[in-house]
Amino acid sequence: MFLKEYISDVYNGVTSLLKGMRKTGYYFLHPKEIITEQYPDNRATLVLAERFKGEVVMPHDQNNEHACTGCTACELACPNGTIKVVTKFDVTPEGKKKKAIDALVYHLELCTMCNLCVVACPSDAIKMVPTFEHSVFDRSKLTKILNKPASKIREGIE
Amino acid sequence: MFSLEGITTAVQDWLFIKFNPTLALAIECVIVILLAITLFAGLGLVLVLMERKVAARIQIRLGPNRVGPGGMFQTVADTLKLIMKEGLTPDSADKFLFNLAPFIVMMVAMLLLAPIAFAKNFQIWDINIGVLYISAISSLSVIGILMAGWASNNKYSLLGAMRSGAQIVSYELSAGLAVLTIVVLTGSLQISEIIAAQQNGWWIFKGHIPAVIAFVIFIIAVTAETNRAPFDLAEAESELTAGFHTEYSGMKFALFFLAEYINIFIVCAIGATLFLGGWMPLHIGSWEAFNHIMDYIPSSVWFMGKTFFLIFVIMWFRWTFPRLRIDQLLNLEWKYLLPISLLNLLLVAVIAILGWHF
Repeated sequence: MFLKEYISDVYNGVTSLLKGMRKTGYYFLHPKEIITEQYPDNRATLVLAERFKGEVVMPHDQNNEHACTGCTACELACPNGTIKVVTKFDVTPEGKKKKAIDALVYHLELCTMCNLCVVACPSDAIKMVPTFEHSVFDRSKLTKILNKPASKIREGIE
Repeated sequence: MFSLEGITTAVQDWLFIKFNPTLALAIECVIVILLAITLFAGLGLVLVLMERKVAARIQIRLGPNRVGPGGMFQTVADTLKLIMKEGLTPDSADKFLFNLAPFIVMMVAMLLLAPIAFAKNFQIWDINIGVLYISAISSLSVIGILMAGWASNNKYSLLGAMRSGAQIVSYELSAGLAVLTIVVLTGSLQISEIIAAQQNGWWIFKGHIPAVIAFVIFIIAVTAETNRAPFDLAEAESELTAGFHTEYSGMKFALFFLAEYINIFIVCAIGATLFLGGWMPLHIGSWEAFNHIMDYIPSSVWFMGKTFFLIFVIMWFRWTFPRLRIDQLLNLEWKYLLPISLLNLLLVAVIAILGWHF
Protein backbone atom coordinates (compact mmCIF):
# COMPACT_ATOMS: atom_id res chain seq x y z
CA MET A 1 0.00 0.00 0.00
CA PHE A 2 2.81 2.34 0.93
CA LEU A 3 4.72 1.36 -2.19
CA LYS A 4 1.69 2.04 -4.37
CA GLU A 5 1.37 5.52 -2.91
CA TYR A 6 5.09 6.11 -3.38
CA ILE A 7 5.03 5.10 -7.01
CA SER A 8 1.93 7.18 -7.75
CA ASP A 9 3.64 10.13 -6.02
CA VAL A 10 6.64 9.83 -8.30
CA TYR A 11 4.45 9.33 -11.34
CA ASN A 12 2.26 12.34 -10.58
CA GLY A 13 5.27 14.50 -9.84
CA VAL A 14 7.03 13.61 -13.06
CA THR A 15 3.94 14.00 -15.24
CA SER A 16 3.00 17.36 -13.77
CA LEU A 17 6.55 18.63 -14.27
CA LEU A 18 6.52 17.38 -17.85
CA LYS A 19 3.24 19.19 -18.42
CA GLY A 20 4.88 22.45 -17.37
CA MET A 21 7.91 21.77 -19.54
CA ARG A 22 5.64 21.09 -22.49
CA LYS A 23 4.03 24.50 -22.11
CA THR A 24 7.32 26.38 -21.83
CA GLY A 25 8.83 24.28 -24.60
CA TYR A 26 5.91 25.27 -26.82
CA TYR A 27 6.60 28.93 -26.09
CA PHE A 28 10.30 28.43 -26.81
CA LEU A 29 9.60 26.88 -30.19
CA HIS A 30 6.94 29.40 -31.21
CA PRO A 31 8.44 32.90 -31.37
CA LYS A 32 5.14 34.12 -32.76
CA GLU A 33 3.77 33.98 -29.23
CA ILE A 34 6.10 36.76 -28.11
CA ILE A 35 4.03 39.62 -26.76
CA THR A 36 6.76 42.21 -26.26
CA GLU A 37 5.96 45.62 -27.77
CA GLN A 38 9.17 47.26 -28.95
CA TYR A 39 7.84 50.58 -27.84
CA PRO A 40 9.79 53.49 -29.23
CA ASP A 41 10.36 51.63 -32.50
CA ASN A 42 6.76 50.65 -33.11
CA ARG A 43 5.12 53.86 -32.01
CA ALA A 44 3.01 53.96 -35.16
CA THR A 45 1.65 50.44 -34.81
CA LEU A 46 1.56 50.21 -31.01
CA VAL A 47 -1.36 48.12 -29.76
CA LEU A 48 -2.53 48.81 -26.23
CA ALA A 49 -5.01 46.82 -24.24
CA GLU A 50 -8.56 48.12 -24.48
CA ARG A 51 -8.85 48.48 -20.74
CA PHE A 52 -5.71 50.60 -20.49
CA LYS A 53 -6.52 53.99 -18.94
CA GLY A 54 -4.08 56.82 -19.54
CA GLU A 55 -5.88 60.15 -19.36
CA VAL A 56 -9.34 61.69 -19.08
CA VAL A 57 -10.50 63.59 -22.14
CA MET A 58 -13.71 65.28 -23.20
CA PRO A 59 -14.70 64.31 -26.74
CA HIS A 60 -15.86 67.14 -28.95
CA ASP A 61 -17.74 66.71 -32.21
CA GLN A 62 -17.08 68.55 -35.46
CA ASN A 63 -19.19 71.57 -34.36
CA ASN A 64 -16.94 71.99 -31.34
CA GLU A 65 -19.69 70.79 -29.06
CA HIS A 66 -19.38 68.59 -26.02
CA ALA A 67 -21.86 66.81 -23.76
CA CYS A 68 -20.90 68.31 -20.40
CA THR A 69 -23.74 69.95 -18.50
CA GLY A 70 -21.58 71.14 -15.66
CA CYS A 71 -23.40 69.02 -13.10
CA THR A 72 -20.13 68.50 -11.13
CA ALA A 73 -20.86 64.79 -10.63
CA CYS A 74 -17.30 64.02 -11.70
CA GLU A 75 -15.86 66.52 -9.28
CA LEU A 76 -17.84 64.95 -6.46
CA ALA A 77 -16.90 61.43 -7.52
CA CYS A 78 -13.19 62.14 -7.73
CA PRO A 79 -11.45 60.76 -4.63
CA ASN A 80 -8.46 63.10 -4.76
CA GLY A 81 -9.63 66.40 -6.16
CA THR A 82 -8.32 65.89 -9.65
CA ILE A 83 -11.26 67.55 -11.39
CA LYS A 84 -12.53 71.06 -10.79
CA VAL A 85 -15.63 72.18 -12.65
CA VAL A 86 -15.89 75.96 -13.12
CA THR A 87 -19.49 76.80 -14.06
CA LYS A 88 -21.07 79.83 -15.61
CA PHE A 89 -24.59 80.79 -16.63
CA ASP A 90 -25.49 81.09 -20.27
CA VAL A 91 -28.50 83.15 -21.28
CA THR A 92 -30.66 81.29 -23.79
CA PRO A 93 -32.54 83.15 -26.58
CA GLU A 94 -35.72 82.87 -24.54
CA GLY A 95 -34.06 84.86 -21.82
CA LYS A 96 -33.62 81.93 -19.48
CA LYS A 97 -30.42 81.32 -17.54
CA LYS A 98 -28.80 77.97 -18.15
CA LYS A 99 -25.94 76.41 -16.23
CA ALA A 100 -22.93 75.51 -18.36
CA ILE A 101 -19.23 74.91 -17.88
CA ASP A 102 -16.67 77.61 -18.17
CA ALA A 103 -13.76 75.27 -17.71
CA LEU A 104 -13.35 71.64 -16.67
CA VAL A 105 -9.94 71.71 -15.04
CA TYR A 106 -8.23 68.34 -14.95
CA HIS A 107 -5.03 67.78 -12.92
CA LEU A 108 -3.35 64.88 -14.65
CA GLU A 109 -0.57 64.91 -12.07
CA LEU A 110 -3.07 64.02 -9.34
CA CYS A 111 -5.11 61.52 -11.30
CA THR A 112 -4.95 57.83 -10.32
CA MET A 113 -6.91 56.66 -13.38
CA CYS A 114 -9.57 55.16 -11.12
CA ASN A 115 -12.29 55.78 -13.72
CA LEU A 116 -14.84 56.94 -11.10
CA CYS A 117 -15.49 60.26 -12.86
CA VAL A 118 -16.25 58.51 -16.14
CA VAL A 119 -18.65 56.17 -14.36
CA ALA A 120 -20.29 59.08 -12.51
CA CYS A 121 -20.88 61.24 -15.57
CA PRO A 122 -24.63 61.16 -16.43
CA SER A 123 -24.17 62.38 -20.01
CA ASP A 124 -21.01 60.46 -20.99
CA ALA A 125 -19.17 63.71 -21.57
CA ILE A 126 -15.76 62.44 -20.48
CA LYS A 127 -13.91 59.22 -21.19
CA MET A 128 -10.58 57.54 -20.66
CA VAL A 129 -8.13 57.29 -23.56
CA PRO A 130 -5.03 55.06 -23.75
CA THR A 131 -2.44 57.80 -24.24
CA PHE A 132 0.54 57.48 -21.95
CA GLU A 133 3.33 59.79 -23.12
CA HIS A 134 2.65 62.38 -20.45
CA SER A 135 6.15 63.39 -19.41
CA VAL A 136 6.82 67.14 -19.43
CA PHE A 137 9.46 69.34 -17.90
CA ASP A 138 7.03 71.56 -16.04
CA ARG A 139 4.42 70.27 -13.63
CA SER A 140 1.98 73.01 -14.50
CA LYS A 141 1.70 71.64 -18.04
CA LEU A 142 -0.12 68.66 -16.60
CA THR A 143 -3.04 70.81 -15.50
CA LYS A 144 -5.37 70.68 -18.45
CA ILE A 145 -8.63 72.32 -19.38
CA LEU A 146 -10.69 69.64 -21.02
CA ASN A 147 -13.28 71.69 -22.85
CA LYS A 148 -11.92 73.37 -25.94
CA PRO A 149 -12.04 77.17 -26.20
CA ALA A 150 -15.39 78.52 -27.40
CA SER A 151 -16.99 75.09 -27.25
CA LYS A 152 -20.54 74.73 -26.10
CA ILE A 153 -22.92 72.06 -24.99
CA ARG A 154 -24.57 69.92 -27.62
CA GLU A 155 -28.26 70.50 -28.27
CA GLY A 156 -30.66 68.25 -26.42
CA ILE A 157 -28.43 67.33 -23.51
CA GLU A 158 -29.83 68.26 -20.16
CA MET B 1 38.17 16.81 -42.49
CA PHE B 2 38.58 19.25 -39.65
CA SER B 3 39.97 17.74 -36.49
CA LEU B 4 41.47 19.20 -33.36
CA GLU B 5 43.64 16.12 -33.01
CA GLY B 6 45.66 17.08 -36.10
CA ILE B 7 46.31 20.57 -34.76
CA THR B 8 47.49 19.36 -31.36
CA THR B 9 49.84 16.75 -32.81
CA ALA B 10 51.26 19.28 -35.27
CA VAL B 11 51.88 21.79 -32.47
CA GLN B 12 53.45 19.15 -30.28
CA ASP B 13 55.75 17.87 -33.01
CA TRP B 14 56.85 21.39 -33.88
CA LEU B 15 57.56 22.23 -30.22
CA PHE B 16 59.58 19.08 -29.66
CA ILE B 17 61.66 19.77 -32.77
CA LYS B 18 62.34 23.39 -31.84
CA PHE B 19 62.93 23.12 -28.09
CA ASN B 20 64.27 20.59 -25.63
CA PRO B 21 61.58 18.33 -24.09
CA THR B 22 61.32 20.15 -20.75
CA LEU B 23 60.85 23.55 -22.34
CA ALA B 24 58.42 22.12 -24.86
CA LEU B 25 56.34 20.65 -22.04
CA ALA B 26 56.37 23.99 -20.22
CA ILE B 27 55.22 25.80 -23.35
CA GLU B 28 52.48 23.22 -23.83
CA CYS B 29 51.32 23.84 -20.28
CA VAL B 30 51.15 27.58 -20.95
CA ILE B 31 49.18 26.97 -24.14
CA VAL B 32 46.74 24.72 -22.28
CA ILE B 33 46.29 27.33 -19.53
CA LEU B 34 45.64 30.05 -22.09
CA LEU B 35 43.17 27.85 -23.94
CA ALA B 36 41.36 27.02 -20.71
CA ILE B 37 41.08 30.68 -19.73
CA THR B 38 39.90 31.62 -23.21
CA LEU B 39 37.33 28.85 -23.11
CA PHE B 40 36.13 30.09 -19.73
CA ALA B 41 35.76 33.67 -20.85
CA GLY B 42 34.05 32.64 -24.07
CA LEU B 43 31.70 30.23 -22.32
CA GLY B 44 30.80 32.84 -19.73
CA LEU B 45 29.80 35.30 -22.42
CA VAL B 46 27.93 32.76 -24.54
CA LEU B 47 26.12 30.96 -21.73
CA VAL B 48 24.89 34.09 -19.99
CA LEU B 49 23.53 35.38 -23.27
CA MET B 50 22.01 31.98 -24.05
CA GLU B 51 20.37 31.87 -20.64
CA ARG B 52 18.84 35.30 -21.11
CA LYS B 53 17.62 34.50 -24.59
CA VAL B 54 16.17 31.13 -23.59
CA ALA B 55 14.51 32.71 -20.56
CA ALA B 56 13.03 35.41 -22.75
CA ARG B 57 11.66 32.98 -25.30
CA ILE B 58 10.15 30.78 -22.62
CA GLN B 59 8.52 33.78 -20.95
CA ILE B 60 7.23 35.08 -24.33
CA ARG B 61 9.63 38.02 -24.28
CA LEU B 62 12.38 39.15 -26.63
CA GLY B 63 15.34 39.33 -24.27
CA PRO B 64 18.41 41.53 -24.81
CA ASN B 65 18.20 43.03 -28.29
CA ARG B 66 19.86 46.44 -28.20
CA VAL B 67 23.64 45.93 -27.93
CA GLY B 68 24.83 44.57 -31.23
CA PRO B 69 22.77 42.52 -33.69
CA GLY B 70 20.09 40.68 -31.73
CA GLY B 71 21.72 41.69 -28.44
CA MET B 72 24.85 39.65 -29.21
CA PHE B 73 27.23 41.95 -27.35
CA GLN B 74 25.05 42.43 -24.27
CA THR B 75 27.18 40.15 -22.10
CA VAL B 76 30.39 41.77 -23.37
CA ALA B 77 29.03 45.12 -22.25
CA ASP B 78 27.97 43.65 -18.91
CA THR B 79 31.43 42.19 -18.37
CA LEU B 80 33.09 45.52 -19.13
CA LYS B 81 30.79 47.15 -16.61
CA LEU B 82 31.62 44.57 -13.96
CA ILE B 83 35.36 44.94 -14.56
CA MET B 84 35.16 48.69 -14.04
CA LYS B 85 33.07 48.44 -10.88
CA GLU B 86 34.64 48.77 -7.47
CA GLY B 87 35.23 45.48 -5.68
CA LEU B 88 34.01 46.35 -2.24
CA THR B 89 35.05 44.38 0.84
CA PRO B 90 32.76 44.87 3.85
CA ASP B 91 34.40 46.34 6.91
CA SER B 92 33.79 43.51 9.34
CA ALA B 93 34.33 40.71 6.82
CA ASP B 94 37.13 38.21 7.12
CA LYS B 95 39.16 39.93 4.42
CA PHE B 96 41.45 37.05 3.48
CA LEU B 97 38.73 34.40 3.17
CA PHE B 98 36.37 36.89 1.57
CA ASN B 99 38.81 37.62 -1.23
CA LEU B 100 39.95 34.03 -1.55
CA ALA B 101 36.49 32.44 -1.91
CA PRO B 102 35.69 33.45 -5.50
CA PHE B 103 39.04 32.16 -6.65
CA ILE B 104 38.50 28.82 -4.91
CA VAL B 105 35.16 28.43 -6.66
CA MET B 106 36.79 29.35 -9.96
CA MET B 107 39.76 27.05 -9.41
CA VAL B 108 37.49 24.09 -8.74
CA ALA B 109 35.72 24.77 -12.01
CA MET B 110 39.08 24.93 -13.79
CA LEU B 111 40.30 21.67 -12.24
CA LEU B 112 37.18 19.93 -13.47
CA LEU B 113 38.11 20.81 -17.02
CA ALA B 114 41.13 18.46 -16.99
CA PRO B 115 39.60 15.05 -17.77
CA ILE B 116 36.91 16.22 -20.19
CA ALA B 117 37.34 14.99 -23.75
CA PHE B 118 36.37 17.86 -26.03
CA ALA B 119 36.97 15.94 -29.23
CA LYS B 120 38.62 12.78 -30.45
CA ASN B 121 41.99 12.58 -28.67
CA PHE B 122 41.61 16.16 -27.50
CA GLN B 123 41.76 15.98 -23.76
CA ILE B 124 43.99 17.73 -21.25
CA TRP B 125 44.55 14.79 -18.94
CA ASP B 126 43.24 11.30 -19.65
CA ILE B 127 43.48 10.15 -16.06
CA ASN B 128 42.53 6.51 -15.40
CA ILE B 129 40.15 7.46 -12.58
CA GLY B 130 38.53 10.32 -14.54
CA VAL B 131 34.99 9.88 -13.24
CA LEU B 132 36.15 9.53 -9.64
CA TYR B 133 38.32 12.63 -10.08
CA ILE B 134 35.33 14.60 -11.32
CA SER B 135 33.04 13.62 -8.46
CA ALA B 136 35.83 14.25 -5.94
CA ILE B 137 36.71 17.70 -7.25
CA SER B 138 33.16 18.88 -7.90
CA SER B 139 32.30 18.50 -4.22
CA LEU B 140 35.11 20.94 -3.37
CA SER B 141 33.21 23.91 -4.74
CA VAL B 142 31.03 23.86 -1.64
CA ILE B 143 34.13 24.89 0.34
CA GLY B 144 34.39 28.06 -1.71
CA ILE B 145 30.70 28.79 -1.21
CA LEU B 146 30.86 28.12 2.54
CA MET B 147 33.95 30.32 2.72
CA ALA B 148 32.19 33.14 0.93
CA GLY B 149 29.13 32.87 3.14
CA TRP B 150 31.10 32.68 6.35
CA ALA B 151 33.57 35.44 5.55
CA SER B 152 30.86 37.89 4.48
CA ASN B 153 29.78 38.27 8.11
CA ASN B 154 26.20 38.50 6.95
CA LYS B 155 23.36 36.30 8.16
CA TYR B 156 21.82 35.92 4.74
CA SER B 157 25.14 34.85 3.27
CA LEU B 158 25.75 32.35 6.04
CA LEU B 159 22.26 30.84 5.68
CA GLY B 160 22.74 30.57 1.94
CA ALA B 161 26.11 28.92 2.36
CA MET B 162 24.78 26.44 4.91
CA ARG B 163 21.90 25.50 2.64
CA SER B 164 24.32 25.09 -0.20
CA GLY B 165 26.40 22.75 1.95
CA ALA B 166 23.39 20.59 2.86
CA GLN B 167 22.28 20.54 -0.73
CA ILE B 168 25.59 19.60 -2.33
CA VAL B 169 26.37 16.94 0.26
CA SER B 170 22.95 15.35 -0.33
CA TYR B 171 22.83 15.51 -4.08
CA GLU B 172 26.42 14.37 -4.52
CA LEU B 173 25.15 10.92 -3.51
CA SER B 174 22.57 10.44 -6.23
CA ALA B 175 24.80 12.10 -8.83
CA GLY B 176 27.55 9.69 -7.84
CA LEU B 177 25.21 6.69 -8.03
CA ALA B 178 23.95 7.78 -11.43
CA VAL B 179 27.54 8.03 -12.63
CA LEU B 180 28.25 4.62 -11.11
CA THR B 181 25.61 2.97 -13.28
CA ILE B 182 27.63 3.93 -16.33
CA VAL B 183 30.84 2.83 -14.65
CA VAL B 184 29.21 -0.53 -13.96
CA LEU B 185 28.16 -0.86 -17.58
CA THR B 186 31.55 0.20 -18.96
CA GLY B 187 33.77 -1.41 -16.35
CA SER B 188 36.13 1.55 -16.35
CA LEU B 189 36.53 4.93 -14.68
CA GLN B 190 38.57 6.36 -17.53
CA ILE B 191 36.73 8.93 -19.64
CA SER B 192 38.28 7.84 -22.93
CA GLU B 193 37.30 4.21 -22.31
CA ILE B 194 33.77 5.20 -21.38
CA ILE B 195 33.50 7.04 -24.67
CA ALA B 196 35.12 4.17 -26.59
CA ALA B 197 32.53 1.79 -25.11
CA GLN B 198 29.82 3.86 -26.80
CA GLN B 199 31.22 3.27 -30.28
CA ASN B 200 28.20 1.23 -31.33
CA GLY B 201 25.54 3.22 -29.50
CA TRP B 202 25.23 5.65 -26.63
CA TRP B 203 24.64 4.29 -23.16
CA ILE B 204 21.27 5.97 -22.90
CA PHE B 205 20.11 3.74 -25.78
CA LYS B 206 22.17 0.67 -24.98
CA GLY B 207 21.47 0.58 -21.25
CA HIS B 208 17.67 0.17 -21.55
CA ILE B 209 15.40 1.89 -19.03
CA PRO B 210 17.86 1.87 -16.10
CA ALA B 211 20.22 4.08 -18.09
CA VAL B 212 17.39 6.50 -18.84
CA ILE B 213 16.44 6.61 -15.17
CA ALA B 214 20.09 7.16 -14.24
CA PHE B 215 20.26 9.95 -16.82
CA VAL B 216 17.20 11.70 -15.40
CA ILE B 217 18.52 11.37 -11.86
CA PHE B 218 21.91 12.64 -12.96
CA ILE B 219 20.39 15.72 -14.58
CA ILE B 220 18.28 16.48 -11.49
CA ALA B 221 21.21 15.96 -9.14
CA VAL B 222 23.65 18.11 -11.11
CA THR B 223 21.06 20.87 -11.38
CA ALA B 224 20.98 20.82 -7.61
CA GLU B 225 24.76 20.61 -7.34
CA THR B 226 25.29 23.67 -9.49
CA ASN B 227 22.84 25.59 -7.28
CA ARG B 228 20.51 26.40 -10.10
CA ALA B 229 16.78 26.91 -9.99
CA PRO B 230 14.62 25.05 -9.03
CA PHE B 231 17.29 24.19 -6.45
CA ASP B 232 18.82 27.65 -6.05
CA LEU B 233 18.28 27.73 -2.31
CA ALA B 234 21.81 28.97 -1.78
CA GLU B 235 20.88 32.19 -3.55
CA ALA B 236 17.09 32.27 -3.12
CA GLU B 237 16.76 35.93 -3.96
CA SER B 238 13.24 36.10 -2.57
CA GLU B 239 14.40 34.89 0.85
CA LEU B 240 18.10 35.62 1.19
CA THR B 241 18.65 38.60 -1.14
CA ALA B 242 21.45 36.82 -3.01
CA GLY B 243 22.61 34.21 -0.53
CA PHE B 244 26.30 33.56 -0.31
CA HIS B 245 27.30 36.32 -2.73
CA THR B 246 25.18 39.08 -1.22
CA GLU B 247 28.24 41.10 -0.20
CA TYR B 248 30.24 40.60 -3.36
CA SER B 249 30.51 43.23 -6.05
CA GLY B 250 32.46 43.96 -9.19
CA MET B 251 34.76 41.33 -10.57
CA LYS B 252 34.55 39.08 -7.51
CA PHE B 253 30.83 38.78 -8.05
CA ALA B 254 31.49 38.17 -11.74
CA LEU B 255 33.77 35.28 -10.80
CA PHE B 256 30.96 33.60 -8.85
CA PHE B 257 28.60 34.24 -11.69
CA LEU B 258 31.08 32.86 -14.21
CA ALA B 259 31.82 29.83 -12.03
CA GLU B 260 28.12 28.99 -11.95
CA TYR B 261 27.94 28.89 -15.72
CA ILE B 262 31.24 27.06 -16.09
CA ASN B 263 29.97 24.47 -13.63
CA ILE B 264 26.84 24.03 -15.69
CA PHE B 265 28.96 23.54 -18.78
CA ILE B 266 31.15 21.00 -17.04
CA VAL B 267 28.36 18.92 -15.55
CA CYS B 268 26.58 18.94 -18.88
CA ALA B 269 29.80 17.90 -20.59
CA ILE B 270 30.11 15.02 -18.12
CA GLY B 271 26.48 14.07 -18.69
CA ALA B 272 27.04 14.15 -22.43
CA THR B 273 30.19 12.06 -22.06
CA LEU B 274 28.64 9.41 -19.84
CA PHE B 275 25.18 9.04 -21.31
CA LEU B 276 25.28 10.54 -24.79
CA GLY B 277 28.63 9.25 -25.97
CA GLY B 278 30.82 12.34 -25.62
CA TRP B 279 32.33 13.14 -29.01
CA MET B 280 31.08 9.85 -30.46
CA PRO B 281 28.83 10.40 -33.48
CA LEU B 282 25.34 8.92 -33.55
CA HIS B 283 25.59 5.42 -34.96
CA ILE B 284 22.58 3.26 -35.59
CA GLY B 285 23.26 -0.48 -35.73
CA SER B 286 24.10 -1.57 -39.24
CA TRP B 287 23.06 1.46 -41.29
CA GLU B 288 26.46 1.81 -42.91
CA ALA B 289 25.63 4.83 -45.08
CA PHE B 290 24.00 6.74 -42.22
CA ASN B 291 26.92 6.00 -39.93
CA HIS B 292 29.38 7.25 -42.54
CA ILE B 293 27.52 10.54 -42.96
CA MET B 294 27.50 10.99 -39.19
CA ASP B 295 31.26 10.36 -39.11
CA TYR B 296 31.80 13.35 -41.38
CA ILE B 297 30.59 15.76 -38.69
CA PRO B 298 33.69 16.66 -36.62
CA SER B 299 33.82 15.10 -33.18
CA SER B 300 34.16 18.50 -31.50
CA VAL B 301 30.84 19.55 -33.04
CA TRP B 302 29.20 16.40 -31.70
CA PHE B 303 30.54 17.05 -28.22
CA MET B 304 29.54 20.70 -28.15
CA GLY B 305 26.14 19.95 -29.64
CA LYS B 306 25.32 17.39 -26.98
CA THR B 307 26.67 19.57 -24.19
CA PHE B 308 24.69 22.59 -25.30
CA PHE B 309 21.58 20.47 -25.65
CA LEU B 310 21.93 19.41 -22.02
CA ILE B 311 22.62 23.01 -20.99
CA PHE B 312 19.43 23.98 -22.75
CA VAL B 313 17.52 21.30 -20.87
CA ILE B 314 18.85 22.62 -17.57
CA MET B 315 17.86 26.16 -18.54
CA TRP B 316 14.46 24.84 -19.52
CA PHE B 317 14.12 23.43 -15.99
CA ARG B 318 15.09 26.72 -14.49
CA TRP B 319 12.49 28.76 -16.29
CA THR B 320 9.69 26.25 -15.86
CA PHE B 321 9.80 24.93 -12.32
CA PRO B 322 9.11 26.77 -9.09
CA ARG B 323 11.74 26.71 -6.38
CA LEU B 324 11.62 23.99 -3.72
CA ARG B 325 11.61 24.64 -0.01
CA ILE B 326 14.61 23.36 1.92
CA ASP B 327 12.64 20.47 3.49
CA GLN B 328 11.16 19.53 0.12
CA LEU B 329 14.65 19.63 -1.33
CA LEU B 330 15.99 17.17 1.21
CA ASN B 331 12.85 15.02 0.95
CA LEU B 332 13.30 14.78 -2.78
CA GLU B 333 16.87 13.62 -2.40
CA TRP B 334 16.65 11.26 0.57
CA LYS B 335 13.17 9.83 0.03
CA TYR B 336 12.99 9.69 -3.73
CA LEU B 337 16.19 10.12 -5.72
CA LEU B 338 18.51 8.11 -3.46
CA PRO B 339 16.32 4.97 -3.05
CA ILE B 340 15.43 5.02 -6.73
CA SER B 341 19.03 5.36 -7.80
CA LEU B 342 20.15 2.62 -5.41
CA LEU B 343 17.56 0.26 -6.86
CA ASN B 344 18.53 1.39 -10.32
CA LEU B 345 22.19 0.65 -9.66
CA LEU B 346 21.24 -2.87 -8.56
CA LEU B 347 19.26 -3.34 -11.75
CA VAL B 348 22.14 -2.08 -13.88
CA ALA B 349 24.54 -4.43 -12.09
CA VAL B 350 22.25 -7.36 -12.97
CA ILE B 351 22.06 -6.18 -16.57
CA ALA B 352 25.82 -5.79 -16.78
CA ILE B 353 26.54 -9.20 -15.26
CA LEU B 354 24.05 -11.03 -17.43
CA GLY B 355 25.16 -9.01 -20.47
CA TRP B 356 21.64 -7.87 -21.37
CA HIS B 357 22.80 -4.54 -22.75
CA PHE B 358 23.63 -4.31 -26.43
